[in-house]
Amino acid sequence: MNIVVCVKYVPDSQSERTFQESDNTVDREATDGLLSELDEYAVEEALKIVEARGGGEVTVLTVGPAAAADAIKKALQMGAHRGVHVQDDAIHGSDAVATSLVLAEAVKKATDGSPELVLTGMASTDGTMGVVPAMMAERLGLPQVTYASELTVGDGTVTIRRDGDTASETVEASLPALVSVTDQINEPRYPSFKGIMAAKKKPVDTWSLADLGLEASQVGLDAAWTTVVTFAQRPPRAQGQIVTDEGEGGAKLAEFLSAQKFL
Amino acid sequence: MAPMSSSTMPKRPSDPLDIIDVDSMLTDEERAIRATVRQVCDDLVEPHVVQWYEQGDLPVARELAQEFGKVGLLGMHLEGYGCAGMSSVDYGLACLELEASDSGIRSLVSVQGSLAMYAIHAFGSEEQKQEWLPRMAAGEAIGCFGLTEPDHGSDPGSMRTRARRDGDDWVLDGSKMWITNGSIADVAVVWANAGEENGGIRGFVVPTDTPGFEAHELKNKMSLRASVTAELSLAEVRLPAGAVLPDVTGLKGPLSCLSEARYGIVWGCLGAARTALDAARRYSMERTQFDRPIAGFQLTQAKLAHMSTELQLGRLLALHLGRRKDSVGLRPEQVSVGKYNNVTKAIEICRTARTILGGNGISGEYPVMRHANNLESVLTYEGTVEMHTLVIGQTLTGESAFR
Ligand SMILES: Cc1cc2nc3c(=O)[nH]c(=O)nc-3n(C[C@H](O)[C@H](O)[C@H](O)COP(=O)(O)OP(=O)(O)OC[C@H]3O[C@@H](n4cnc5c(N)ncnc54)[C@H](O)[C@@H]3O)c2cc1C
Ligand SMILES: Cc1cc2nc3c(=O)[nH]c(=O)nc-3n(C[C@H](O)[C@H](O)[C@H](O)COP(=O)(O)OP(=O)(O)OC[C@H]3O[C@@H](n4cnc5c(N)ncnc54)[C@H](O)[C@@H]3O)c2cc1C
Repeated sequence: MNIVVCVKYVPDSQSERTFQESDNTVDREATDGLLSELDEYAVEEALKIVEARGGGEVTVLTVGPAAAADAIKKALQMGAHRGVHVQDDAIHGSDAVATSLVLAEAVKKATDGSPELVLTGMASTDGTMGVVPAMMAERLGLPQVTYASELTVGDGTVTIRRDGDTASETVEASLPALVSVTDQINEPRYPSFKGIMAAKKKPVDTWSLADLGLEASQVGLDAAWTTVVTFAQRPPRAQGQIVTDEGEGGAKLAEFLSAQKFL
Repeated sequence: MAPMSSSTMPKRPSDPLDIIDVDSMLTDEERAIRATVRQVCDDLVEPHVVQWYEQGDLPVARELAQEFGKVGLLGMHLEGYGCAGMSSVDYGLACLELEASDSGIRSLVSVQGSLAMYAIHAFGSEEQKQEWLPRMAAGEAIGCFGLTEPDHGSDPGSMRTRARRDGDDWVLDGSKMWITNGSIADVAVVWANAGEENGGIRGFVVPTDTPGFEAHELKNKMSLRASVTAELSLAEVRLPAGAVLPDVTGLKGPLSCLSEARYGIVWGCLGAARTALDAARRYSMERTQFDRPIAGFQLTQAKLAHMSTELQLGRLLALHLGRRKDSVGLRPEQVSVGKYNNVTKAIEICRTARTILGGNGISGEYPVMRHANNLESVLTYEGTVEMHTLVIGQTLTGESAFR
């Protein structure tokens, strides 16, 4: 079975993330980026499926700037077989709607129009909307099976477990399908040294919008349905308040909590 | 002075731990290898190492070894037999990240890869290699390396452990001291004097379940506490003819293994220093005395500037030696310059970091005292700092000052 995994290149959440003044988009040059940690689970799950079935290829797909090649590389180092990088200056500033359009067209091209299984993370670690998988499934006409904490590929079907607050659901869909996976599904492997060296020789295709038959006007900041109007630094955390217990510590604590509307 | 044109300056602000961008000299793959080791250490070592250090034990050594084996860390710079076949620079970068977490963890990997596996790989028979190397690379078998004895350390040539022939068999008698991984090992590479007629000092591959072989863990260490250290006793340990390392005789056997491991220490110790410097730098910016952060005092800045400069110079030296090792090879005295300088500077950095943290500096809540204490061992093992001084002195003058 051949699997396409969508992976997003995101700014490192450990470093200080900023927006560009010029167009209110994320400043990608100021920080290092990496493969969204939540997407590592999708890569791992794809590798496990292919390994268990003893055949098939895992293709990792990203839409992003030149540096997003790093996200593909990390997935290849983990063991994926080939990469597709959609890179076009016109894509800068795209919203989820446009991103899902580009991704869907790229999935089609990468699979000659007939994907078998598409895996995604549950949400990116920067935008965190969690809507791209649903939008893609819609565009590809595939059943969308989301938030899988367990995934089994059967004969022409996929079955997942989705954990809610009070219950777990078992959901089955026919293949081909699109499945988004959570961080509960597995423990992503580390890229091994051999994997790192092998990745150097794995094929990566870089496609432009034109390669996908898309127009610049369909994507980018101008086509976006939403805009970031303004942004502000989060105010520094205020100094904590220390209550010294001199017999009335409990009462003071309760006072504080009710003042903050916690009680 | 004319203002510097901004087009000649990199856009990124300086990395406080690498102001001169030593990183720019690494390839993408080298950085990826480093990132993998960092991630492994962050997940598997950092959350527990303080506890291991406090209890003076490494209870999960085997599990750790298997995880390390999966990514390819064990014997990573060796070719074939399940080893990853990476470069010396890759190996150095890995040592640095391991030791940034703890010198004891780096020691586990150094002894396995550079001492035990290297000895078998370089001097072993095909059967010895097939039997041990794949399992050791996978972390399924742990190795140790027994050279030092209770009464013979810096002068291993005078060792008392003996190997005598009995028919085709070899029989070993003696004891070994300060042996890293000793009491958890499946196999020990033991050096013994086999007598002039048998080539002098010879190496033996000793399965640790051989009758007469015993290992006693050393307790009460005040340094390298997250590492297993043992005394080995060998009483009439009978081994088959095939147990001897066939391809080396004399002291150059153990010494060439040590040269491999020392090279890793040239890098590794800088990891301890980096962690200490980073802790001190952060602490100095948060800690307020006399109404200002202690980072604002010139005395603190002088310390930090000195520590940071030495760390960067040490990295340049390590990388230079690594590139030479990968291209033309290293002479032993070149490794001595690396170990002499980098370990001395690293321990100085850790001790200075300790002062910046004041009272907190001696607490296990912060990593600096642990690293400083660990480096006391690193200063001594793999050739004491004095021995390396003498090696360099002899290279400079032609005079041997060893005896
Ligand atoms: C701070 C910030 C704010 C933003 N605000 C908005 C906004 O308000 N409205 C808006 O429409 N857009 C916004 N965007 C843009 C948005 O990030 C992108 O359009 C994005 O691709 C879609 O949303 P997401 O990142 O939330 O992805 P999610 O829907 O959270 O991603 C789920 C999964 O889809 C896949 N995926 C997502 N993006 C990609 C990609 N580029 N390449 C490959 N796979 C991918 C991954 O598998 C991922 O795990 C914002 C971006 C940022 C960083
Ligand atoms: C934690 C730890 C782990 C170790 N792991 C291993 C291991 O796995 N395998 C192994 O074989 N060994 C191991 N060692 C042993 C280590 O290599 C020795 O401790 C080291 O070689 C020094 O030997 P020694 O302790 O006998 O000191 P000595 O040789 O007795 O030296 C004592 C002091 O005298 C100085 N000195 C000696 N000769 C001279 C001279 N000619 N001129 C000037 N000064 C001199 C030394 O530099 C030192 O300062 C380990 C040690 C430690 C602490």
